[in-house]
Amino acid sequence: MNLVQEIIAENKNQAVPKYTAKDFSSDQDVRWCPGCGDYSILAQVQRVMPELGIPKHNLVFISGIGCSSRFPYYMDTYGFHGIHGRAPAIATGLKVARPDLTVWVATGDGDGLSIGGNHLIHVCRRNVDLKILLFNNQIYGLTKGQYSPTSEYGKVTKSTPFGSVDSPFNPTLLALGAESSFVARTLDRDPKHMQYVIRRAAEHKGTAFIEIYQNCNVFNDGAFFTFTEKESKDENVLFLEHGKPMVFGKQKDKGIKLEGFTPTVVSLTDGKYSVNDLMVHNEKDTMLSFILARMSSFPNLPRPVGVFYQMQRPIYDVEMERQLQLIREKKGVGNLETLLNHGETWIIQ
Amino acid sequence: MAKVLENLDEVTIRFAGDSGDGMQLTGTQFTSTTALMGNDLSTLPDYPAEIRAPAGTLFGVSGFQIHFGSTEINTPGDTCDVLVAMNPAALKVNLRSLRDGGIIIANTDGFDAKNLKLAGYDKNPLENGLTEQFQVFPVAITKLTDLALADMNLSTKLVERSKNFFALGMMYWMFSRPIEPTERWIDDKFKKSPELIEANKRVLKAGYAFGETTEIFAVRYEVKPASLQPGKYRSITGNEAVAWGLIAASVKSGLELFLGTYPITPASDILHELSKHKNFNIKTFQAEDEIAGVTSAIGASYGGALAVTTTSGPGMALKTEGIGLALMLELPLIIVDVQRGGPSTGLPTKTEQADLLQAVYGRNSEAPVPVIAASTPADCFNMAFEAARIAIKYMTPVILLTDGYLANGAEPWLIPQVSSLPNICPTFVTNPEGFQPYSRDEKTLSRPWAIPGTPGLEHRIGGLEKQHITGNVNYEPENHEFMVKMRQNKVDGIADDIPLATVEGDEKGDLLVVGWGGTYGAIRTAVEAKRREGKSVSHLHIKHLNPFPKNLGEILYNFKNVLVAEINLGQLVKMIRSKYLVPALSYNRVLGLPFKASDLEQEIDKIV
Ligand code: SF4
Repeated sequence: MNLVQEIIAENKNQAVPKYTAKDFSSDQDVRWCPGCGDYSILAQVQRVMPELGIPKHNLVFISGIGCSSRFPYYMDTYGFHGIHGRAPAIATGLKVARPDLTVWVATGDGDGLSIGGNHLIHVCRRNVDLKILLFNNQIYGLTKGQYSPTSEYGKVTKSTPFGSVDSPFNPTLLALGAESSFVARTLDRDPKHMQYVIRRAAEHKGTAFIEIYQNCNVFNDGAFFTFTEKESKDENVLFLEHGKPMVFGKQKDKGIKLEGFTPTVVSLTDGKYSVNDLMVHNEKDTMLSFILARMSSFPNLPRPVGVFYQMQRPIYDVEMERQLQLIREKKGVGNLETLLNHGETWIIQ
Repeated sequence: MAKVLENLDEVTIRFAGDSGDGMQLTGTQFTSTTALMGNDLSTLPDYPAEIRAPAGTLFGVSGFQIHFGSTEINTPGDTCDVLVAMNPAALKVNLRSLRDGGIIIANTDGFDAKNLKLAGYDKNPLENGLTEQFQVFPVAITKLTDLALADMNLSTKLVERSKNFFALGMMYWMFSRPIEPTERWIDDKFKKSPELIEANKRVLKAGYAFGETTEIFAVRYEVKPASLQPGKYRSITGNEAVAWGLIAASVKSGLELFLGTYPITPASDILHELSKHKNFNIKTFQAEDEIAGVTSAIGASYGGALAVTTTSGPGMALKTEGIGLALMLELPLIIVDVQRGGPSTGLPTKTEQADLLQAVYGRNSEAPVPVIAASTPADCFNMAFEAARIAIKYMTPVILLTDGYLANGAEPWLIPQVSSLPNICPTFVTNPEGFQPYSRDEKTLSRPWAIPGTPGLEHRIGGLEKQHITGNVNYEPENHEFMVKMRQNKVDGIADDIPLATVEGDEKGDLLVVGWGGTYGAIRTAVEAKRREGKSVSHLHIKHLNPFPKNLGEILYNFKNVLVAEINLGQLVKMIRSKYLVPALSYNRVLGLPFKASDLEQEIDKIV
């Protein structure tokens, strides 16, 4: 047993304390702007952590650079504030070296999709057992307000005074395209929903990707208000529930019906359609997940939130351990003497 | 016809052909057998960056040079005595490295009109003029191979592919080497295809027998074993030695080895080698890019692994920010840079020593990182082990510089006793009492290694400036200056913990030739030659480049002249001049090839 394994073994059978959300709050002052959506994300994560039954010392939060990436400083767990865009790669190294740990990544639309886009897609593809929180505020906050890879076409910012001619990414669609085995979207201003999604991500084995619509009240205030504010939310958000027909609207009077491959909004009150005509959500259906993720491109359709897709498939770090175990069983544990002396050697008298 | 047996002290042979002719394999086999014969040796694989460059072209020529002898051999040889040329292009490219009177063994079947034209020959050089300057032996290698396999009904392609074994067999005969080691290798390599075993062995034997019976070879040579230090030897390349040195460090430190890397020439073989030995619990992670290679390794180091990333120049450039992060986090990390010709993509398969300044200085801000370099292929083992020792003891990234020549070159290696390797003793803090992430060991100035999974040590680290002791984010001016100096002092202090530099030759004199890295053999050869002539020349090879050994200045001041020889435009010389204020001279070649000892000798003659 090596030194690290000894530490793991020593602490393995300790009872997990009964934590409260407060136990996950570190001694560092939180330095986000007052009113920032990040506060809610921090609060919901801290609220869900005690439910997971994982001792604090086995939890690690890793981030890159940006407002979102200050996250680890505020969690009373192990924390690692990395460099711009590289959190998924740092986290992959840690998780592969230490599969016993529970590793979360906090990133943003700039950090995760621009400078770190490559790492993000490859983490999803490999299905490393990481939980990724992508704070999407459609702006660069920490550098004081340039457009980001999720900012809409035509966006006026400091770096695009005449409007952006860039087209945005759809993070959820990107994660699906990159083969993430768990893909969800939630809203900073819906604590209950966010807690639900975080819990589901925590339960998932493999890469769990959560896009969180997060309001940057300083540089991009109200970017998601249509979906988060009381007046407009019900008419514009489709809450996905596994096995349930896709109904939305304040009066639950509208639904989504598939016409060919195209989702369309139908009324449930004009007598033409009933709930039975609607699409039924199935988290295991990869085809459906792409259709749902694509709905964001159509302003006439409600914005889906919830778990788009969840599927079990081989997990990189688990597979790596399994392979090492098999090799050790087959070849025997490596012996340095044998290694140095194997193959052709000769003796000089 | 009775053949004359002639004794030679040393010989250099160069096998050259198309990239697809199997010259690297032929060379490696000749090397293994020669090593088994107890000769000292040094090799230089020299191949194009293209995997299968168009046949017959000049740029598609692949060569393998081996210099072996009964005396001490330190270089792959400035010129060769024997050139095996499989086609006109191979002849043309390599002729200038053949000494006057040297032997050419040419595959006449490769010298057809098309190949002659591709190589730019109007007339067949074998029939025109060459014989005045060299001993030319034309052999119809392809036809003879075909003949040996006539009854086997093999495809022309397979026949064509095994002709290199004919050349190898011939050379085994010519230099009195046994064919059995290669036969054993063939048995193992082609164990899935009895047909190929039969074919290749037959051709090998046919080549050997041809030497025996043909009238064209009147002389056969013998090279007696070298008087090497007694013990058990094997042949090893630099890349293998790096991999094994890392494995040894993992075993001796009790830390799991993690390699985060991205394939790049000429470093990829380290990844391949480590991937073979996963029963040592080695985790090799082929990352999506160079940056993920280094940052995943940093993540693994944070978790308590012996973390390594391997690369070459362009990858080094990409890893720069990651290395800065590792030094800010003060986590152990080994970065192996197998230097190649640059800048940019440069000469991927050729050697150079031009990443030194990048390694020592090439990061934003004040970012001191220990840098060490291996001087021979086998020395890569020691230096990889040394990199791990420093990284763990001082909680710091360490850059190990090797180069394309060391990486692919081979030499006999006296296999070390495992028990003689020192233990590396990492310590993980486990006691939460008074734990501070950036408190420091008084002697080494290193901070504690506190790994996730340890109860009560939950803490946050990152690339932002740290407060001394607590490690909290801190922007105070005095603290920043203090920490900048602290990081520098920590690395500078390593000078107390590395071997003093030792001079080969006299401690005082007219000229000190200073080198570092893969030029060791060439400089040693040149300096020895000049010393035999009675010149007052000594050789100093620096293995620790940052910090320098403590006695370096003292040594330099003992010589009237200092000549720094490097395969770059003068990098170590800059460091030496600026640190020790000596008017050091500079000798530089950047041919993508190792130094020639003879060139260096001429340079020495100019000074003393
Ligand atoms: S700049 Fe925007 S995202 Fe950043 S902390 Fe302030 S409000 Fe939040």
